Amino acid sequence: MIDRRTLLGRAALTGAALLTPGLAFAAAPGQRRFVFIILRGAMDGLAAVMPVGDPAYAGLRGALADPQQGTPVKLDATFALHPALASTAAMYAAQEALFVHAVASPYRERSHFDAQNVLETGGTAAYALQDGWLNRLVAMLPRDPGMAIAATVPMALRGKAAVSSYAPSALPQANDDLLARVGALYATDAQLHPLWSEAMDARLLAGADGAGRANPAALGKLAATFLAKPDGPRIATIEIGGWDTHAGQAGRLNGQLKQLDATLAALKAGLGPAWAETVVLAATEFGRTAAVNGTGGTDHGTGGVAVVAGGAVKGGRVVADWPGLGPSQLYENRDLRPTADMRALMLGLTAESFGLDPAQAARALFPGGGVRAMTGLLRS
Amino acid sequence: MSTDAATALNRFGLGARAGEAAPAEPKRWLKDQAARFDPRPPVIAAAPASPAMAAQFRAYLTELRDAKAGGMGDAPADGKAAAMMVRKDLRVLFRDSYGAQARARIAAALTTPAPFAERLTHFWANHFAVSADKLQSIGLAGTLEFEAVRPHLFGRFADLLLAVETHPAMLLYLDQAQSIGPDSFVGQRAALRSRAKKVGLNENLAREILELHTLGVGSGYAQADVQELARALTGWSVGGFVRRPLGEEAPDGAFVFQAGWHQPGIRTLLGRSYPQDGEAQARAMLADLAVHPATARHLATKLARHFAADVPPLALVERLTATHLRTGGDLRALYAVLIDAPEIWSAPSPKFKTPWEWAVSALRGVGATDAPDLKIVGALNELGQPVWKPGSPAGWDDIAASWAAPDALLRRVEVAQRLASTVGDRLDARSLAAQLLPGTLTAATAQAIARADSPGQGLALLLVAPEFMRR
Repeated sequence: MIDRRTLLGRAALTGAALLTPGLAFAAAPGQRRFVFIILRGAMDGLAAVMPVGDPAYAGLRGALADPQQGTPVKLDATFALHPALASTAAMYAAQEALFVHAVASPYRERSHFDAQNVLETGGTAAYALQDGWLNRLVAMLPRDPGMAIAATVPMALRGKAAVSSYAPSALPQANDDLLARVGALYATDAQLHPLWSEAMDARLLAGADGAGRANPAALGKLAATFLAKPDGPRIATIEIGGWDTHAGQAGRLNGQLKQLDATLAALKAGLGPAWAETVVLAATEFGRTAAVNGTGGTDHGTGGVAVVAGGAVKGGRVVADWPGLGPSQLYENRDLRPTADMRALMLGLTAESFGLDPAQAARALFPGGGVRAMTGLLRS
Repeated sequence: MSTDAATALNRFGLGARAGEAAPAEPKRWLKDQAARFDPRPPVIAAAPASPAMAAQFRAYLTELRDAKAGGMGDAPADGKAAAMMVRKDLRVLFRDSYGAQARARIAAALTTPAPFAERLTHFWANHFAVSADKLQSIGLAGTLEFEAVRPHLFGRFADLLLAVETHPAMLLYLDQAQSIGPDSFVGQRAALRSRAKKVGLNENLAREILELHTLGVGSGYAQADVQELARALTGWSVGGFVRRPLGEEAPDGAFVFQAGWHQPGIRTLLGRSYPQDGEAQARAMLADLAVHPATARHLATKLARHFAADVPPLALVERLTATHLRTGGDLRALYAVLIDAPEIWSAPSPKFKTPWEWAVSALRGVGATDAPDLKIVGALNELGQPVWKPGSPAGWDDIAASWAAPDALLRRVEVAQRLASTVGDRLDARSLAAQLLPGTLTAATAQAIARADSPGQGLALLLVAPEFMRR
């Protein structure tokens, strides 16, 4: 575990290093790629990157503490990675992936809609800003490099700067989470409930659960084909929904993490040599409760985890100023207390990637102020 | 909170539009739509019309003949292959026209200032269904709605009926265009020539006029009545579409009466004698059929089923029937009975939306204003109700049992998710829900939307909520 304070302490050194000729290549505009993966629904950071070394962890998590789908991969003395993130674990081992834990946006309430708006606009409150932080980043770059891999441009990329979007013509089928919610909505409807039950039964029989699932690996591959082109976009967004695991989390989260893992693997495979110039940030709107709830799931929380991967990443570490999971250490007695600012992570990754002046970038990307870039996250 | 606004917007109309205020006086809003309705809005005026379709078809027939003839001298297979190519080309051409017409229909439904009138348009187009399945019908089905239904939407049923039965789409779809009386001039000449192409009577249109368009099945007419109407209709044809130039030249796609095909003689329909000569004979029959008590009841039942409930309330059917007979089939008077019917206003959302109704209301709900490409036309295929393709002249069913099915629900959820993903967080489903479903939004749905894991998911849930599945 590398203390965030240590990293910040090295900021001056890294800043100076930016001026050395050896870094000119890395900072050359047009080479670096940045992919922002938005994990909609609040990924459980404590299940993805498990603080197994924290004495309170096992007690809080109960049955969720030990994934049944495999053996967690030990990351360091404190953390272990969920077994579904196998490709990501390999990247971590190759020092191409790192995790930033106990991280959160400035948003401190628990609405998905509002929290995603804050995450994507880079503001300090929901709906305070009208454009996305990545769009403002695009505006700072010398060429036109923004692209959303979706039918619509997410808030993060929306704004004055021109961006494009591309979606495969046959979009994924309805995701399991939406289907479950529709089922709940029809539960008391005498006409729709039996029909819906039949539809779900038929779907299981047809094996649609596997074959028809949204194919994030294909999205990752698609993003990579655009990003790998010499004159292609340099910034891309990918969205993965379905993280709102209030019930039956163990199985559902396993599937979700596999999707994320496949997306990262597809990006790496598809980018080829350009992977070395790539930084991927997978972030979610907030974390989930530290304790398991009564339905084998977790509820809306605060601090969570961000996944950073790419050939340009100085990986193989968990970056955390770990607040602890003890009763007095939790935020509002229930959530992982955030000790890192998501905006500082975003700023650090992008300013360093694209050779921007951190102070100038901070003002443009996160006008709420008070954001100091996390540095030293990328290879020099 | 009153559900009147929801009834006006969703049951009578095509669904509330995002950002549009609910009508303060729902009944007045409905009654005023006759004045607001544009029978030929620019988007429909720009769509391919029946004369263009007819001209293309005539060119196709010529090409086909040339292609076949070209093969005669050499190997016969060449002619066959060439003919196949010609057919394929026309199919592509007609499909493009069909797509443009379907998109025009959708765009009109999304932007109309008179959604109740548009709904009535769809109702009558389905009542007089021409299915775009046959090669000839692909590019013509939509033109029946645009050219025959829309102009007569607020007139007399007799005028609507005549416009439909003289429209090229109907005459071709139900094989009337080539029906020739055996005792007609052309029929007699053909009978004399041993090797002549077989000509004769076709009862298809006559049967469907009685069974579907006017009296209704089981209302007391006999096979003899079908035959008599078929004989009276001989000669009703279309310029440009008829393969053999046995009759008068006429502009492509225009109705033409071929006097030389008409079966001469006095005809008897439903016990009444029709001594008229030529074209006037069937016209007189249609005029009588339009105001026949069985027709009045047949239409009343269908209207009551469409606007009130799958099992039409008998009292409403009676009032509609009486109004039809009293006014001589004044459609505006029938619509007024519907608007004033307490049976419709007292029962919130008993009608399960057809795929067309659901898709249009969903698009309107998210504020869409046009159908920029064929995706939505394709989506209607997936949902089970491709535009103008009911597959039979009986049209689509108008009861929940035909549409509320397990797979159909799943398809709607998938389309809702897709649609919501194109909107994302541009709309807040939490406030939109109350606007689209004034007084009918349930607490359970509102809560499910508020708890959605993203704005897009919230919107998808709104579009498939039980109260949005119904109107």
